[in-house]
Amino acid sequence: MSTLFAILFYVAFATLVAGLGFKIAQYARTPAPLKIPTTPAPLTQSGAAFRVAREVVVFESLFKSNKPLWIFAILFHFGLFVVLARHLRYFQEPVWFPVALIQPLGVWGGLAMVGGLLLLTLRRMLLTRIAYITAPGDYIMLGLLIAIGASGMMMTTLTHTDVVAVKAFFLGLMRFDIRALPADPVLYAHLAMVALLMIVFPFSKLLHAPGIFFSPTRNQSDDPREKRHLCDWAAKLEAERN
Amino acid sequence: MADIQIPVLGDPDQREIPSLIPGAMAGSKPYVAQPPHQEPLGFPGELVPDWQEKALGRMGDLLSKYRSLQVYMDICVKCGACTDKCHYFLGTGDPKNMPVARQDLFRSVYRRYFTPAGKMLGAVGLGGLIGAKEFTKDLLDEWFNYFHQCSQCRRCSVFCPYGIDTAEVSMAAREIMDSIGYGQKYCNEIIGKVHKIGNNLGLPGPALIDNLEGLEEDMKDETGQDVRFPIDEEGAEVLLVTPSADFFAEPHVLGLIGYAKVFHGAGISWTLSTKATEAGNFGMFIGNYEQMRKIAMRIREAAIELKVKRIVFGECGHAWRVAYSFLTTLVGPWDFLDPRYPVPQHILEVTNGLIKKGGIKLDKSGNDKMVLTVHDSCNVARASRMGDFPGGQFVIPREVIKSCVPKFVDMHPDTTHEKTFCCGGGGGLLTDELMDIRVKGAKPRMEALKDVVDNQGVTHMASMCAICKAQFTKVLPYYGYDREMVVSVHQLVSNAIILGNND
Repeated sequence: MSTLFAILFYVAFATLVAGLGFKIAQYARTPAPLKIPTTPAPLTQSGAAFRVAREVVVFESLFKSNKPLWIFAILFHFGLFVVLARHLRYFQEPVWFPVALIQPLGVWGGLAMVGGLLLLTLRRMLLTRIAYITAPGDYIMLGLLIAIGASGMMMTTLTHTDVVAVKAFFLGLMRFDIRALPADPVLYAHLAMVALLMIVFPFSKLLHAPGIFFSPTRNQSDDPREKRHLCDWAAKLEAERN
Repeated sequence: MADIQIPVLGDPDQREIPSLIPGAMAGSKPYVAQPPHQEPLGFPGELVPDWQEKALGRMGDLLSKYRSLQVYMDICVKCGACTDKCHYFLGTGDPKNMPVARQDLFRSVYRRYFTPAGKMLGAVGLGGLIGAKEFTKDLLDEWFNYFHQCSQCRRCSVFCPYGIDTAEVSMAAREIMDSIGYGQKYCNEIIGKVHKIGNNLGLPGPALIDNLEGLEEDMKDETGQDVRFPIDEEGAEVLLVTPSADFFAEPHVLGLIGYAKVFHGAGISWTLSTKATEAGNFGMFIGNYEQMRKIAMRIREAAIELKVKRIVFGECGHAWRVAYSFLTTLVGPWDFLDPRYPVPQHILEVTNGLIKKGGIKLDKSGNDKMVLTVHDSCNVARASRMGDFPGGQFVIPREVIKSCVPKFVDMHPDTTHEKTFCCGGGGGLLTDELMDIRVKGAKPRMEALKDVVDNQGVTHMASMCAICKAQFTKVLPYYGYDREMVVSVHQLVSNAIILGNND
């Protein structure tokens, strides 16, 4: 079983890195021929970078848009952030000080994450407008995240897996040295779902994570009269026509 | 009027969201372009037999040329933040007028044919799991109907946590439909007129010159001054490019008179050009870069031929987007113009500058008894700027209006500035066969207007866009208001400006 999981994680990690690498390269490579920031927009590139940072960290536009949704989304994403940061300890020895520092927050992070996800799911089912735009895949994604969060929290609070062995397994993986994983069905389920999430990430709407950095309406500065913005294909077209 | 069900106006503070009425606007569609509208633009005359293959080919091409499209196809999480933001949804309750659902008409095809998951699941008939769909003729017809129920106003983009802009998607969809011979008559016929005659309305040069001479005579009678409407005058300082509606239709022409009086009062020499008699650029509506560039090129050529030093645009929303945001990209650089001025300038920037420096003088009694509000035109508000600071597009028009009228009132904050609503007729929808959606799409604006009319005694609504003016003139009567309630901003300037004793 340990070998199976080792292979699964190598495959999942490779898929995640290669898939994301491909998509990020594609976004970076595709030109933005016109200046289309949603105005009022910052006049400078650093201002635009700060605008993107506000979207990424505090969900500025969503706050403008819908307060309950903003609360649910912040709960989920900040919870997820804490949980992910807390899991770094499984991949480092010694554990970084900030990672050690947030360990006590883990349960709260988990609660926020799963609570936020449940609220998002309920909202998706109950509001007819949102139910209308939902495909089965959207529920599957929510279900997967909830199951990952719930199984993780179960191991922290109820069933108590041998985390020392789990850590040894992952530290081993990083050195291509396969160690034994504790034979715990909850742990198996948790890890299998995490691997699945890593695999589907580059093929799904989870691409919003890297994608937001490439959104021209948010990352462009408002200076089209000051600087001529011309992409390669437009310059080529111009050369052909003139 | 009889067969259009006019929405009941509520209180803008309540932000009432309609319940879903699937299919409510399924029958709303513009006329399909005929070969004489399509072919002069280089598009196939009618729907080609292998349309699906061609459409997918064009889609792939656009995905590789527009980062916006590629990114926006991938990253929507279906959070629904946009679902209650589109005026066409708020006015009709048709779920396909929710921005995300409109985008999904396109995204479902993208997913099916351009993503690994869609290709795999689609091949075994499970595409529905992830919202992937076969590109059938029925779906293409839905594209035609619903991508012509989007005015590319960008309100959804303001509220999207990733800035996804449905305008980018509807432009791409229209470009694809044009490329397979399934274009929209209204836009393509108009673009043909611009190429052939020089403006959207198809006004030939001589008719225009005649008309401008008439205006000069009227001005002489009215003001006793030689307020000129020069055209094709080489060596003038300013080339004025304005929407062709400004040449005759009311209230547009009252705005044109305002521009002329401002130039006259400030002593700035200016000219129109028979070559560039149109500020509007419908190439943007159909998402076609080449058409947009070809239309814009007339302005560059006119500026060079007439040896002007500055280019100024008249009041028009989508036109100002193309002018402010795209003109320099499309047909710049402007090394032959006076570098002290931005290129192009908005007439409101010019007028406001003159008011501030005392270059023109105003007397508010010219607009006695009027209580004004302003409709921020969507593409001025969210797709461009005026002045040298973010948000100048809101401040400058208000400053000009306030200098001209005794009382100014803003409408509900959910309906102004970056949250402004489209008039309901933008983006290539200003055509009679779309009257139903136009009337319903105006609902949120009408609601906010009714609020300030009822509670604050507003008598007029100023607008800075030819489409808004034409749309409101048509739509206001459906809601029981006078068509003359909508005025040009420069109409107010025209009424207030003191000519003759400026020293």
